[in-house]
Amino acid sequence: MTDLAVASHGLTKRFGSQVAVDTVGLAVPRGAVYGFLGPNGSGKTTTIRMLLGLITPTSGTHELLGVPMPAGAATVLPRVGALVEGPGFHPYLSGRDNLRRLDAADRTAPGRTSAARIGAALDRVGLTGAAGKRYRTYSLGMKQRLALAAALLVPRDLLILDEPTNGLDPQGTREVRTLIGQLAAEGATVLLSTHLLAEVEQVCTQVGVMSRGRLVAQEQLGKLRADAEPRARVLTDRPGDAADVLRRTGLDEVVVSAAEASGRLGTVPPEKVVAELVHDGVPLRGFSVETPRLEDVFVQLTGKGFDV
Amino acid sequence: MSDLSVRFLRSELGLIARRRRNQAGLAALAAVPIIVAVAMRLAAPSSSSPSGGPDFFSQITGNGFFVALAGLGVELTLFLPIAIAMLAGDAVAGEAQQGTLRYLLTVPVGRIRLLAVKYAGILFGAFLAPLVVAASGLISGLILFGGGAITTLSGSQIGFGSGLLRLLAICLYLGACLAALGAVGLFVSTLTEQPLGATVALAMLTVASFVLGQIPQLDWLHPYLLTQHWRDFGELLRDPVSLDGLGPGLLTAGAYIVIFLPAAWARFAGRDVTS
Repeated sequence: MTDLAVASHGLTKRFGSQVAVDTVGLAVPRGAVYGFLGPNGSGKTTTIRMLLGLITPTSGTHELLGVPMPAGAATVLPRVGALVEGPGFHPYLSGRDNLRRLDAADRTAPGRTSAARIGAALDRVGLTGAAGKRYRTYSLGMKQRLALAAALLVPRDLLILDEPTNGLDPQGTREVRTLIGQLAAEGATVLLSTHLLAEVEQVCTQVGVMSRGRLVAQEQLGKLRADAEPRARVLTDRPGDAADVLRRTGLDEVVVSAAEASGRLGTVPPEKVVAELVHDGVPLRGFSVETPRLEDVFVQLTGKGFDV
Repeated sequence: MSDLSVRFLRSELGLIARRRRNQAGLAALAAVPIIVAVAMRLAAPSSSSPSGGPDFFSQITGNGFFVALAGLGVELTLFLPIAIAMLAGDAVAGEAQQGTLRYLLTVPVGRIRLLAVKYAGILFGAFLAPLVVAASGLISGLILFGGGAITTLSGSQIGFGSGLLRLLAICLYLGACLAALGAVGLFVSTLTEQPLGATVALAMLTVASFVLGQIPQLDWLHPYLLTQHWRDFGELLRDPVSLDGLGPGLLTAGAYIVIFLPAAWARFAGRDVTS
C-alpha cells in the first residue's frame, strides 16, 4: 500500500456526456521515474489535475505518498512539486518575485530560509542570471525553467511534471533530463507526463500509457518492450517473393514495401526464415530481427489516427 | 501558523500595491479632486450640481475642506466602484487567467484561505481608495482655498480638527460600502476566468443599482439596492453627528457581505480548476 507514491483506483472524470478519464488505476512505485504517455487529448492532464486536487473526480479515489486525497491535501501537497500544463506566473513580476510569492503562500515553508531556497532553486534550473527580469520578457524555455524552480522550492518526495521539456531547446531538454535523474537519485519519485518517447526511453523506469481516457498499459519500461514481439525484416529486390516465404514459414502481419518485407516472428526461429529464403532463391541484401521501438509499441497501444 | 499566513497576506498586498495598473488607478482617483479644485479656482462656481446627496461644491471656495467631500461625491458613482471592480475582478479570475491559480492551489493554499486573503486585499483597496481621494482633495483644497472652521449641514460651526475626524469617519463609511461591493466582486470573480469580464460586470451592476435607485416607481426595490445609502455619508456632517442616518447603509453593506462571501466560497470550494 504505502510502497506506492501515487495510487489511484477507478479514477473517472466526466465532462457532461464526454468521459475524459475512464477508471484509471495508476500505480507509481516509490522511487520510480514513471513515464506517463499518451497522445494529445488522451486524458493525461485531466488525470494529473485530479491527482493534485484541482479537479474533483466523478468517481474513484486516489492517494499521494500514501495519504488519501483530496482530504489530505494540506499535509501531503507540500511534499509534492508540480508542473501542470505549462508555466503560470505573474507577467509583471520578476522570476524571483514570482517564486517569493509562491513561497510566501506555502505555510509549511519557513520564511527565514526563503531567500536561500529561492536562490538554490533558481540556480538548479540555471536561471540565476535572469532572475531579476520581468517574467513577461522570458522565452518559453525560461518560463518552463522557472516553473521547474517553483516545483523545487522545498525538498519534495514526489514530483508531478506535465511536459517539463515543452519549449526547451535540445540543450535545455538535456539539462532537464539530467535534473530528473538527479532528483530520482536523491530518492524522489517522478511522474513525468510527456509525448516525447525519446525522453521516456532515456529517463523512465516505469511507463503508463493513456489512450482515449483509459490507461491501456502500465509496466516496467523493459517489460513493455519485451512484451512486444520482434519482427523479421528482409531487404531484397523481390519483396513479393520474400513475403510469400515469410507467410509460409509461419510469420504473421507480413508487410511488403518497395525493397523489403517484414513480419512478426512469433515463435519461429530466425535461422529457419533465412534458410527458407535462401532455399527459395530470394536474393537477400540484408536480414534483421528487430525489437520494436517504443514508438511502435506506443502506436500499437494508442492507435495511429489523429482523432481526438 | 497564523504567522505564516501573514506572509501570504503581505505578499498579496505587495502584489496589489506594486502593480502599475493599480498605481495608475490610484493616481487617477487622486487627480479628480485636484481637477475639481483647480477648476473651481479658475472659474466662478456654478449654482447647479448633480442631484442626490448633499452638494459641497458651493462651499469649496469658502473652505478647501469641502474639496475632499466634493471629490468623494463625484467619484462615488463611478470611479471608486470601478477601482474596486478592477481589484475584485483580478482576485480570482485574474489568477485563473494567468495560470497562477492552479499553482497557488497546489502549493497548497486552501481554497478558503485563498478567498480570505483575496478579500483582505480587496478590503485594503476599499478603505485605501476613499482615503486617497479625501487626502488629495484636502491638500489641494487647503492650498487653493485655505482652511478654517467648517459649517455643518445643520448650520453650526465646528473646528477644523473635528472636521478632519469626520472626514476620516466618512472615508471609513465609504470603505464599508465599497467592501460590500468587493464581496459581490469576489463572488463574480469566481464565476469566470476573464478578469475584465468580472470587472465590467461589477461596474455595470453598480451603475444599474444607481439608476434603479433614481426611479421612484421602483421604491419597493430601493432598500435592497447595494448603492442606495452610499450618499448617506453626509449624515456625518450634521451637528450632532446623526449615527442613525448611517445605520441603513452599514446594514445593507453588512447584508451584502454576509450573503456574497459565502456565495463565493460555495462557488469556489468545489469548482474544477481547469485554467
